[in-house]
Amino acid sequence: MKEFVVLSGKGGTGKTTITAAFAVLAKKAILADCDVDAPDLHMLLHPKIIKTQEFRGSKLAVIDEKKCVKCNVCLERCRFDAINENLTVDPLSCEGCGVCTIVCPASAITLVERVSGYVYISRTKYGSMAHAFLSPGESNSGKLVTLVRQNAKMLAERERNDLIIIDCPPGIGCPVIASVTGADAGLVVTEPTLSGIHDLERALGLLAYFHVMPFVCVNMFDINKENTEKIVIFCKENGIDVVGKIPFNPVVTESMVKEMTIMEYAPKSDVAKEIEKMWIKILSNLKI
Amino acid sequence: MIVSVASGKGGTGKTTIAVNLALSLRNVQILDCDVEEPNVHLLLNPKISKEKTVYTSTPSIQEGLCNLCGKCADFCNYNALFMGSEKVIIFPELCHGCGGCVLVCPQNAIKEEEHVIGKVKFGFARGLELVYGELVIGKPFAVPVIKEVKRHINKDKTVILDSSPGASCPVIETINGSDFCILVTEPTPFGLHDLKIAVQVLKKMAVAFGIVVNRANMGDKKVYEYCEEQDIPILLEVPFERKIAELYSKGIPFCLEMPEWKEKFQMLFNKIKELTGK
Repeated sequence: MKEFVVLSGKGGTGKTTITAAFAVLAKKAILADCDVDAPDLHMLLHPKIIKTQEFRGSKLAVIDEKKCVKCNVCLERCRFDAINENLTVDPLSCEGCGVCTIVCPASAITLVERVSGYVYISRTKYGSMAHAFLSPGESNSGKLVTLVRQNAKMLAERERNDLIIIDCPPGIGCPVIASVTGADAGLVVTEPTLSGIHDLERALGLLAYFHVMPFVCVNMFDINKENTEKIVIFCKENGIDVVGKIPFNPVVTESMVKEMTIMEYAPKSDVAKEIEKMWIKILSNLKI
Repeated sequence: MIVSVASGKGGTGKTTIAVNLALSLRNVQILDCDVEEPNVHLLLNPKISKEKTVYTSTPSIQEGLCNLCGKCADFCNYNALFMGSEKVIIFPELCHGCGGCVLVCPQNAIKEEEHVIGKVKFGFARGLELVYGELVIGKPFAVPVIKEVKRHINKDKTVILDSSPGASCPVIETINGSDFCILVTEPTPFGLHDLKIAVQVLKKMAVAFGIVVNRANMGDKKVYEYCEEQDIPILLEVPFERKIAELYSKGIPFCLEMPEWKEKFQMLFNKIKELTGK
């Protein structure tokens, strides 16, 4: 079984558009949307949810006012500044560590589990899909990503499928780390802007750190051909394959507005053709 | 006044809006709180005057003192400590640094060790004071680096905070304490979907907010319908123009080459002042 990740560092470079196109081209891969904060893949693939599970990813401290002796020890010892001066817990800052429960001399604080999101298993036209939704403002997205990947592996084993395609969140922080660790290969989607180049280097650094085979794709490459050339040279120097250069074309936004993958909406467009070429290169590299 | 710039969806133009707004006002401090992928400095080319290293604490166990009682592993809500048959195994990447294991250990066998997780850099460019954080690649500790960046807020100035995309911990940490939040979106289904998530976050946090629609002439009208329904103010629209995109690709804030925009950003700021009463 191979796990293939689409990531970017910088947001909005086209991860989900490309992941959805790969889903169509792969015909029957297992799909995983690991952008649990702001999942978008479902809007292009229209999954039918078969199973929903609650995600109890974290706990919350609750202070019993009747028992509280207002000594302020909890406030002083909390390292997440989650207890306010009037001795109430700020649920957005509380990380559910439990330190307050052990330092409280009056045993007035307990930890309660909270539902901080939902995990889904679904079916799409192009294969089964594992995805999730983290309730806005909740923490522990890394743990939820790990659950989505476990579900994707379970689906792959059950269906004897040997490929999982993962759509990553932007950035290089904990949910991205949870999305890429142990994956076989990763495609970094970048754009030929200074920020795109800067963020590409950090995303490639992350893949190297976790020993994931890197590929690069330059999206909207014709917005700045000089910068595209810089990316190509940088990748060559570092022995990384640039597997695709996708032109800027408003047809991509149009397909998104129609909530269709680019392969369905404009299969003959220059964008669709380039993505198809890229997919063939990736498959041969992955030896699938 | 502290104004944060956030988005839900990535790549909608947070940094562009934050930097152009900062360059259009006087007496401004800009803080890049997207410590995973900081980009503000690329548009400003600051002279760096100072750097500070950021650390986090993770436990280490003195094996001679540990009697394998297991209380630390029982206590840890993040599964960062695991009871092996011969010793306690630590997973530092799961540790949140709460310090609870040190408190529960009856043998005093646990000490905290500091690890480098990032850097905060200080600089000046074009009359702006800039502070930005940089997370070490491979470390899942964005929040403590953001906290360190925010420790340097200068309240005598107009403070602009550039957030990372998404709707979880790093975004909350950035917005927390702001007087106002600008949500940057684009008029596409992805833009709208993720905007709705960001709006829920701001409502939970009880921070006032308004919308900037970027690439306003692409996509559809649903973002506008949503804002009208929800009574959310639209503060500014920026169209998709090849010139703006090309300037951005070269790292040039567009208000420098298209000075008529400075006035629009000043008007945007005046609207924020009206909305917050500050």
